[in-house]
Amino acid sequence: MSSERIVRVASGQGFWGDWLDAPRRQVEGGPVDYLMLDYLAEVTMSILQKQKERDPSMGYARDFIGAMESVLPAVTDRGVKVIANAGGVNPLSCAHAVLDVAEARRVAGNVRVGVVTGDDLLPRLDELLASGHALAHMETGEPLSTVRDRVLSANAYIGSTPIVEALARGANVVVTGRSTDTALTMAPLRYEFGWGTEDWDKLAAGIIAGHIIECGAQCSGGNCLYDWRNIPDLANIGYPIVEAKADGTFTIVKHPNTGGRINVQSVSEQCVYEMGDPHSYITPDVVADFTTIHLAADGENRVKVFGIKGRAATDKLKVSVAYRSGYKAVGTLVYAWPDALEKAQLADRVLRERLENMGLRFDSLLTEFVGVSSTHGPLTVQTGEAPEVQLRVGVRAQDRKTVERFTREIAPLVLNGPPSVTGFAGGRPKVEDIVAYWPALVDKAVVKTMVEVLS
Amino acid sequence: MKVNLVDIAHARSGDKGDTANVGVIALRPEWYPFIAEQLTLDRVREHFRGVITGDVERYELPNLNALNFLLHGALDGGGTLSLKTDAQGKVFSTAMLRMVLDVPDERARALGLPMVTAA
Repeated sequence: MSSERIVRVASGQGFWGDWLDAPRRQVEGGPVDYLMLDYLAEVTMSILQKQKERDPSMGYARDFIGAMESVLPAVTDRGVKVIANAGGVNPLSCAHAVLDVAEARRVAGNVRVGVVTGDDLLPRLDELLASGHALAHMETGEPLSTVRDRVLSANAYIGSTPIVEALARGANVVVTGRSTDTALTMAPLRYEFGWGTEDWDKLAAGIIAGHIIECGAQCSGGNCLYDWRNIPDLANIGYPIVEAKADGTFTIVKHPNTGGRINVQSVSEQCVYEMGDPHSYITPDVVADFTTIHLAADGENRVKVFGIKGRAATDKLKVSVAYRSGYKAVGTLVYAWPDALEKAQLADRVLRERLENMGLRFDSLLTEFVGVSSTHGPLTVQTGEAPEVQLRVGVRAQDRKTVERFTREIAPLVLNGPPSVTGFAGGRPKVEDIVAYWPALVDKAVVKTMVEVLS
Repeated sequence: MKVNLVDIAHARSGDKGDTANVGVIALRPEWYPFIAEQLTLDRVREHFRGVITGDVERYELPNLNALNFLLHGALDGGGTLSLKTDAQGKVFSTAMLRMVLDVPDERARALGLPMVTAA
């Protein structure tokens, strides 16, 4: 029965910097058809763009090449396919690096790398602005022209179609740039089950499957508040796998003999993660309705997901623009018992008075007392005396010199401020360039994706 | 009597720009209607007064026994601009769960709500 056919998509990376061992564990721990690796966060593209400016062969997530080395036998011997948005701002170089690894292992004949491009709008930015695409900020409405000279990268979030095409053309590794995280999971399901471009409910189910597993172990017991003390063996946590059927229903599972826990509560927590209006989760392929998600326990560490509805996609794509936006620095000092908080508060007042006396002006000056109120602010209920407090002061300004001057004012407090102070081993705070994020929309018609298959 | 939200719900939060979202999920399905009735827009606005600079949006997901709140102006500009320890709004979840709810004794008993134990 074709309706009972199951396709397994395993999540092996929830962000660039996630567990290096997870991809290998996912292909070795049990049967999977696809390994899905998500590397891109909002600011990642600008970091990659800077790397590419220094070296034109860079600009992709290098971790992916190590991951490919660790899963190569599964790809070449067992037919596991890999889909990753590791290409960043240079998917073609990324694909060649994958082929180099295959070559070195003498299995290049068995690796066909699909490369998806066309999301990078940076080379076309002036042309787009000139032809009336304002790329206005989605929250403030400001036109992009106000920060045009500070733009570092600009990428459209693209959907599942080019990935499906790459698979149809025989790719067993697909490398994309700024594909949406969820498309990386939905595309192989759409390809395997032959879902149409207007099968809204099934496409939405694929997107929600993607949403549930795109943050890796965050749906299988990681960062799970529900019953956290009793979640077993986090050291050996199993990353999630979608077991999907052609009708759009799927089950979230993990490999046997792994730690963590998959239950209705762990999956529910991930469902609401980074959620906006749950009725309209807008993607390039479909608008998914999170109020139609139904979850049911389906045995140990198995949660069945069904009932999902979707509707037609919009005629826009989201664009992620990164631009330079001044400088920041954060300085910290630690105050000890007795009266740790009072000492830290006095140090803060002294510091602020000195900054004021120098006439330094900041766009933002923020003080936090770590150990007391840095996470919940005024909602904190103080119970007893804090045994120690970290004073944490951050500043932000457009002018680098202003931020640099601030960084010289932390260390002196050790000798010329309140007592019982320590924790300055790290030296002067570092001035950081701020790369800010500018979300915008663009007409779908102006973004042309391309697919190449290299072997 | 008083009921701690943290004893009857779990939660997860994340960010979108300068907005934090907090999903609140009932620990038992039968507690969801009570939580939905208590966590009104005004109640949550009041809870986060002085913590966030913008307004609050509220959505219901009875299918997940969950509510979703968008807290605007929560992250000092958000993302890389933010100077906050919690620049990505990861722990607004438990900040929400600090809420204490008033409930008539009879209702609390009928729902089997855990009472506040003295600290």
